[in-house]
Amino acid sequence: MELHQLTIHELQKLIRSQGIASSDIVKSVFSRIDAVEGNVHAYITLMKEYAFAEAAKADKDVKEGILKPLTGIPIALKDILCTKGFLTTCGSHILHNYVPPYDATVVQKLREAGAVFTGKTNMDEFAMGSSTETSYFGITRNPWDLERIPGGSSGGSAAAVAADECIASIGSDTGGSIRQPAALCGVVGMKPTYGRVSRFGLIAFASSLDQIGPFTKDVEDCAIMMNAIAGYDPRESTSVPLNVPDYTEFISRGIGGWKVGIPKEYFIEGIHPDIEKAMQRAITTVEGLGATCVEISLPHTEYCLAVYYIIAPAEASSNLARYDGVKYGFRPQGSIDLLDMYKKTRSAGFGAEVKRRIMIGTYALSSGYYDAYYKKASQVRALIKRDFTEAFTLCDAILTPTSPTPAFKIGEKMDDPLQMYLSDIFTISTNLAGIPGISVPCGFTKDGLPIGAQFLAGHFEEGKLIQIASAFEKYANIEKRRPAL
Amino acid sequence: MPYEPVIGLEVHAQLLTETKIFCSCSTQFGAEPNSHTCPVCMGMPGVLPVLNRKVVEYTMKMALATHCRINEACNFARKNYFYPDLPKGYQISQYAQPLSEHGYVDIELDGGKKRIGITRIHMEEDAGKLLHDEHLPSSYVDLNRTGVPLIEIVSEPDMRSTDEAVAYLKRLHEILVYLEICDGNMEEGSFRCDANVSLRPRGEMMFGTRTELKNMNSFRNVQRALDYEIKRQQYILESGQDVIQETRLWDDSKGETQSMRGKEEAHDYRYFPDPDLVPIVIDNAWTEEMKKSLPELPLEKRERFIRDYQIPPYDAGVLTSSRALAGYFEEVARLSGKPKIASNWVMGDVLRFLNEEKRDIKECPVLPGSLAEMIQLIEDGTISGKMAKDIIVEMYRTGKSPQAVIEEKGMIQITDEGTLEKTVAEVIAANPTQLAQYRGGKEKLFGYFVGQVMKATQGKANPQLINELLKEMLAKE
Repeated sequence: MELHQLTIHELQKLIRSQGIASSDIVKSVFSRIDAVEGNVHAYITLMKEYAFAEAAKADKDVKEGILKPLTGIPIALKDILCTKGFLTTCGSHILHNYVPPYDATVVQKLREAGAVFTGKTNMDEFAMGSSTETSYFGITRNPWDLERIPGGSSGGSAAAVAADECIASIGSDTGGSIRQPAALCGVVGMKPTYGRVSRFGLIAFASSLDQIGPFTKDVEDCAIMMNAIAGYDPRESTSVPLNVPDYTEFISRGIGGWKVGIPKEYFIEGIHPDIEKAMQRAITTVEGLGATCVEISLPHTEYCLAVYYIIAPAEASSNLARYDGVKYGFRPQGSIDLLDMYKKTRSAGFGAEVKRRIMIGTYALSSGYYDAYYKKASQVRALIKRDFTEAFTLCDAILTPTSPTPAFKIGEKMDDPLQMYLSDIFTISTNLAGIPGISVPCGFTKDGLPIGAQFLAGHFEEGKLIQIASAFEKYANIEKRRPAL
Repeated sequence: MPYEPVIGLEVHAQLLTETKIFCSCSTQFGAEPNSHTCPVCMGMPGVLPVLNRKVVEYTMKMALATHCRINEACNFARKNYFYPDLPKGYQISQYAQPLSEHGYVDIELDGGKKRIGITRIHMEEDAGKLLHDEHLPSSYVDLNRTGVPLIEIVSEPDMRSTDEAVAYLKRLHEILVYLEICDGNMEEGSFRCDANVSLRPRGEMMFGTRTELKNMNSFRNVQRALDYEIKRQQYILESGQDVIQETRLWDDSKGETQSMRGKEEAHDYRYFPDPDLVPIVIDNAWTEEMKKSLPELPLEKRERFIRDYQIPPYDAGVLTSSRALAGYFEEVARLSGKPKIASNWVMGDVLRFLNEEKRDIKECPVLPGSLAEMIQLIEDGTISGKMAKDIIVEMYRTGKSPQAVIEEKGMIQITDEGTLEKTVAEVIAANPTQLAQYRGGKEKLFGYFVGQVMKATQGKANPQLINELLKEMLAKE
């Protein structure tokens, strides 16, 4: 095994007891990047020089006996997180040259935990997309099949972990942008409860839905990453001042006696047959662990997509207003007046999907339409949230497919936004309700593409998710495969 | 046809918090451009607002002082529009759920009191400033003011004349300054006003088409702009035309209002609740705490002064025009025990000195204790009122106590009968001609003798004693 193939907890042991240096790990990761990045294109910006310098510092720390939770571990960041002094583009032309003057809280926390950043990963422009094809910086390919998309919007972060181009990574999830690419790339991805991980420094797409979370190679690493990034942040008003448990304590606790809800509305026509079969196996696995699977109902499921595609674009239309060419980022030459500058900047600076959502959102908030769209959507959102609250009185966790299909072909859905939006059909409700969700590998299609299973739990019950996902991971006996890159 | 103006005002007042509403940058005025900025108030990607609690408390104070109802829960909304001085592309304001509603203030007019309704008072952030280079085709953005807390006070359309509007504005101004939540400086823009004006035939219930007036940066300009706009609309209506609903800018140099944008160019601000901020919940305990922290307000104070100190309404008005002045006066009144006399000295000499030098009462060199002491010295006859007029000049100039000035200048009043009798006798002896005339019936010359005695004593003689002695001694053969 090469160092870049290992997990955080495996590397921690090696650093602690075997005297493996962070510099060796970083070297291994960058040689892997050199070998496969040309095919995968997971990164927008590599921070090689910085990574080696940080690794050297980590090695010095280790020698002095300073061992932090992530000391010397190479981690990739989605290019939506602000990094002081390092390009942060959000996958957009309009921020193609933007270097933030500050670090996002999560970036700061990871630094404090000893992490070494490898670079900034590719993503759909402003996190709007499910395939990483809307990035201004080109597409990312799925390491399992280079003809296919890695999912999105955090496709770069998912692909980087799957291709061993980092040990773990950070993504963001507004409607499934961590869980869907995790499923499509065969890695673990968690979206924490809204308010659990600080959004400060996360470039906003839809403020009431956005949440930062980790991509890892296994569930134990997910717990380690969550320990590093979760917690109250006084710089964010929607951050919740609750104590954070040690998530690693939920590993191998077992789920004997649990009730696991299977929402009937999620097993619909149109699910890929191999995924349906994998889900049946997943149910068997969960029951094999001593839990009981019960059918539950989330009656407002059919409205999720509609509600999401009003609320998310409405918030985005306002959040993206600041990209006006005045202060930073892209501004074309030769404007004749202010209005002309705005028009030229935003017309050329944003891609088609971003413009589509800005227009939808602007319309939904317009005078005379607000009540019919935004207000109504907010009301239905409350019902969706209530569905989950009621469901969790009947079960400890919910099991669903993460995505209705495995990774699709590059370009397949680019001309059909509705088909693209359906990729997030099983993940969107989680964001609307604010609850946490995790996607874990649960097998492969006949064609060898990864399939993900999604577990959901109540607000601030990430521990339960770690508990059930780690038990599932251990017992499901998923075939260990690596993408043939 | 006689027309009646209908006026409603929107006042924006900058709050005197030390830091901005959503970040910890300084609110200080006049600093180097963009020196009081951070990623949050510059609207950098990824930043989030955190509300300054002081802003809520200051707004609650104004709401309580104007009899508004404070809503148990309120929230912030985004007002979306593009302008280079607005770095986020939206202003964080309050819309559907403001902090407070349904209040009023009473204004005093020649014809008596009138109550002006307040629709709402809400919190919001200020925008930045644009600086234009006349020699270059470029503009600069200064974001120091971005995020400075504002409250917007919206009145009901209750005012029926320019005078009422100005009186209302002055009343708000006075309350804000009294509460020490706004410095009230109109030139620097800490107190700004927009007006909605329409005309209707007297007796008509329906409102006419209104225009919105902006850019009036002094009370005088508000007066002039409203007068102009009322005349303009009257002319339009009298000539059988319709007033167009639009926003108009007051041009101070031309003395007229000019169309800025019409109804069809009005922005659709696309308000929606700001998802980055949580609702503000205000419980009774918090409201009570704020109520307790309110100072006595100008109108109450004025009435108390008239009642308790028996001073004329005009004087009470002057003395309560600022909290510091009222405090000064009350201190002098308390220490001297003579409120009416204290009022005369403060209104007369002290304010005259200060006004001449454009100084504030807070900088007055004559401390309230000194002034009270001087009043007592007059009362007990140590100095005369006339001497005091000179002494207070010295006190103001040097900041010394009256005792110190008196000692330095040897200004003790001569109240010793023996000493004065001697002087009076000398004066009479030295003026035989006048004496003869006086005795011959020319009683006016009494004053002449008083003057001579004063002159001989360098003004230090007790005037009452001079009178008594002169009367007695002039009558003697």
